[in-house]
Order: sequence, then C-alpha cells, then structure tokens
Amino acid sequence: MAKHDFGYFFHEGVSNMFSHGFMSFAAIGITVACLLIMGTFTLVAVNANELLVTLEQENEILAYVDDSYTETQARALQSQLEAVPNVASATFISNDEAMESFKDEYPDEELFQDLDPEILEDRYAIKLVDLEQQSETVEAVQAITGISDVSHYEEIAGGFVTVRNVATVVCVALIAILFVVSVFIISNTIKLTTFDRREEIAIMRMVGATNGFIRWPFVYEGFMLGLLGAVIAFFLQWALYAAVARGVATNDTLQLIRVIPFSQLWAPVAAVFVLAGIVIGVGGSLSAIRKFLQV
Amino acid sequence: MIRLKDVEMEYDNGTKAIQGITLSIEDGEFVFLVGPSGSGKSTIIKLLTGEVEPCAGRIMINGFSVSNISERQIPLMRRTLGVIFQDFRLIEKKTVYENLDFVMRAVGASPKEIRKRIPYVLDLVGLGKKADSYPTELSGGEQQRVAIARALVNNPKTIIADEPTGNLDPERSLELMSLLVKINQLGTTVVVVTHEKDLVNRFGKRVITIDSGHVINDSVGGYVGGHIHG
Ligand SMILES: Nc1ncnc2c1ncn2[C@@H]1O[C@H](COP(=O)(O)OP(=O)(O)OP(=O)(O)O)[C@@H](O)[C@H]1O
Ligand SMILES: [Mg+2]
Repeated sequence: MAKHDFGYFFHEGVSNMFSHGFMSFAAIGITVACLLIMGTFTLVAVNANELLVTLEQENEILAYVDDSYTETQARALQSQLEAVPNVASATFISNDEAMESFKDEYPDEELFQDLDPEILEDRYAIKLVDLEQQSETVEAVQAITGISDVSHYEEIAGGFVTVRNVATVVCVALIAILFVVSVFIISNTIKLTTFDRREEIAIMRMVGATNGFIRWPFVYEGFMLGLLGAVIAFFLQWALYAAVARGVATNDTLQLIRVIPFSQLWAPVAAVFVLAGIVIGVGGSLSAIRKFLQV
Repeated sequence: MIRLKDVEMEYDNGTKAIQGITLSIEDGEFVFLVGPSGSGKSTIIKLLTGEVEPCAGRIMINGFSVSNISERQIPLMRRTLGVIFQDFRLIEKKTVYENLDFVMRAVGASPKEIRKRIPYVLDLVGLGKKADSYPTELSGGEQQRVAIARALVNNPKTIIADEPTGNLDPERSLELMSLLVKINQLGTTVVVVTHEKDLVNRFGKRVITIDSGHVINDSVGGYVGGHIHG
C-alpha cells in the first residue's frame, strides 16, 4: 500500500463515519457499554481476588489447646496439626506469648495490663494452603484430641470467594453476549455505508480497483469506531472506578476492604480496551463486507 | 485488440442472449455495434467487461483471456478498458474533479499524476472550466462528457460505450460521437453501441450488426437497413 493511499483510506473511513452520524453514535455507544461492563466486572473480580489473596496471606486460623495440657503436651500436637491436609504451617504460641502480643495490641487498656496469662490458652496459628477449603480443614483440626476450639473467618472469606466466582461467571457470559452485539451493530453500521456507496463501489470495480482497495476504507471505519469506543469507555471506566473507590472508602470505616488504586490498573485496562475495541470494530467491518465483496 | 470465438452466453433464466459470435477488433479501430432491442448488444459489452461469463467459446481482450480469467486478473484486465454508460453513472455527491480523482486513486495513481492528468482530460472533453461543478449542475451532454473523461482518465487501451447518446438530443449526440472519434484518433480503440442510424451513417466507420445473438453484418460504411429500431 502506497503512502498516499493510507491517507486516502483514513479520510474515506472517517468521512463514512460522519455520513451516518446516528448509526456511528449507536455503534460507538454499544461498544462503550460492552467495554464498560466488561471492565467493571473484571475490576470487581480483580479486587475481590486481591482481597482474597490478602486474606489468605494474613488470616490464619487459631486452634486453641485444651486447658489441661501442659506446654510440653501442647507442643507435641505440632506434628499432628501439620499432617492435616491443606495446612501450610502451624506455629505454636504459648499463653505467655499470646498475652504479650495482646498487651502490645491494646497498650492503652489499663484493664488488660495485669491479667494472668493463665486465663489465655496455648494456641497454634495455622496457615492454610487454600482458603476455599477452610471449613473442611477447620473440622479436621477440631477433631484432633487436645484441640478445644478453633476460630476462623469463614464468613468473610466465603463471601469474597462467592463475589469473585459470581463476578467471573457473569463477566464471561456478559462479555460474550455484548461482544457479539457490538460486532453485529458495527457490522450493520458499515453495511449502511456500503449501501450508500454502492455506486462508487460499482464504478471502482468497473475501472479495475482491487477488492483490497475497496475494502480498506470500511476496515478503517470499523477501526475508528472501535477505537473511539475504547477511548470513551476508558475514561468512563476511570471515573466510575474512582467514584466507587471513594464510596467504599467513606462507608467502610473498618478499612476491611482495600480497593486497588486505579493508577496501578490503568495500563492493562487501557491496553485491553483498545485491543478489544479494535477487534470489535475491525471484526464488524470485515463481517459487513465479506459477502458483499465476493464478485 | 478484441477477439471473440464462437461465443455463446445464456442468462440464468434460460435466455440465450448470444448464440455463437465470432469477431475481432484491432487496436486503434472505431467500431459501431448496432442491432434491434434485445438482440444482445449490451450482453456483448458485459462479456467484454467480465460482468457475465460466456458458456461457450473464447474471449481475448488486450492480452487477457476473459473467458477463463482468474479473480485476481479481472481488475488488471478492467484497467485496460474505459466504460461509458447510457445513464452516465456519476457520483452526485462528488464534483467533476472528484469523480475523476477517485477512479484514478482506485487504480493506485499518485496525487502528482492525478493533478496532471485530470485537467488534461477535462480540457480534451471541453469541460476545463467545470472541474468544481457537481453533476446536477451540468446539462445531460456535459454529464456524458464527464463520463467520457472518467472513462479516459486512466488511459485505457479501449473505450467501450453502451448507448452513450441515448439520453441526449441529436445535436449533443453528434458532438459526443465526434468527441469519441477524436479520442479514437488519439490512439484509443473505441467500441460504441448505438441505435442512432443517422449518426452511424454519417461517420462511415465499421459497423457490426447483431440480431438475435448472431452477427448478421460486419462492414464499413453504414448499417444494414430495416434491422435497427428506434
Ligand atoms: N440480466 C438478465 N437476465 C436475463 N435475461 C436478460 C438479462 N439481460 C438481458 N437479458 C435478455 O438477453 C437478451 C439480450 O439483451 P441485451 O440487453 O443484450 O439486449 P440489447 O441488444 O442491449 O437491447 P437494447 O438495445 O434494448 O439495450 C434479451 O432477450 C434480454 O431480455
Ligand atoms: Mg442494451
């Protein structure tokens, strides 16, 4: 393709776009909607996943040792605990140590400062391999003789697992549907242009233009529609994400949920949007002109 | 150079439009193609441009074997032809200049070539001052001259015109035919389909008469009386 052709195709593609203002608007709009929904669900899933990873790292379950056990007896439980499936590590914490860290955590509470460590039990801090199997692991640990009680965060963890899974499923289904709809609408927009330009196309063919040459302006039109949709969707996504992040920050006073800042996410989001936009746009235009350029 | 050998053509609905035609037209010739309505003249033009395919026989045009041409070769073959239609087929949204510009771009001409060629061709057809007019602002005769300029602009070896004077009054028709003769004298082969026997007689060129898909006369000078309607 010669250099001057590129400019020509580009110009033709853009002017095609403007000749069907409303359809182009609809095509861009649906692409934006597609990308935005795709982006939102993906970002929710990414955040839920990040939280889960944090929980998996930070949240250990605590297994309390029976009061009647001496420290030596309690320490002997270590190997049994580590033999339980899904247990990554078990760390023994004596009641003295537990008291110390307790005091560290609440240094201002006079009340706790002169407590007898004996009221606290010896315990094991247990890290899990897979948080999703927490309840099974808790049962197994509880079944060990000498373990009096187990505390864990099943509700919180379970909630996030559900959010992540639902977000993933909805995300994939929605993306598939919207992708098809977007391609379809862009394809129809471009079919309209080809219909508009049928005389020109007939003449171009009569004077010996190649199919490739006839095709390019329409490919550019689709490309531009997709790209424009991607750019608009990116900025809307940014605004939406920032607004949700602010909302979470003001409502979640306990700081349980940490939202990943957009500054860490914008590059992959932009890349995926642009790529998906171009695939939708070019895919739509190719499907529009495929049949029509056969002769 | 155009060669047809035992060419037959049948439309999908079973109409046998061409029933065994053999003829040849040499480079630089000027040929009228005449015959009654429905005799197959337009079908011959469509065979030459590759719009329809023959069901038997061979067709050669400017070095291309049109009867078994590959998809990729068709554009190259068409670049050797300039086609003119009765209904002009200009793009109304484009100016005269743009109508020529886009067909030059379509075959990969550079902007520099385009800037040089279009004024030359417009002058040739006498429309040097109408470059920026839109087709709707021109008379029928002027519009047809734009169509001729468009057919000429890519410098084809052969001009093929299907009833180019069909929509013009006798005086414009004569002007237009004279223009085609002038173009022929500049070295382009010209094939003109027409109904206008007065015009045909006036120019004393080779006349091929078609009837019911056969060549019934091929001679220099005039048409064969009684076969031409309209
Ligand atoms: N697309 C088509 N499908 C079926 N039959 C057709 C088609 N085009 C033309 N025909 C038939 O083929 C025959 C030749 O038609 P053609 O158009 O070549 O005639 P023509 O000599 O150009 O006539 P005219 O002087 O009226 O333009 C006619 O019988 C016509 O009805
Ligand atoms: Mg005809």
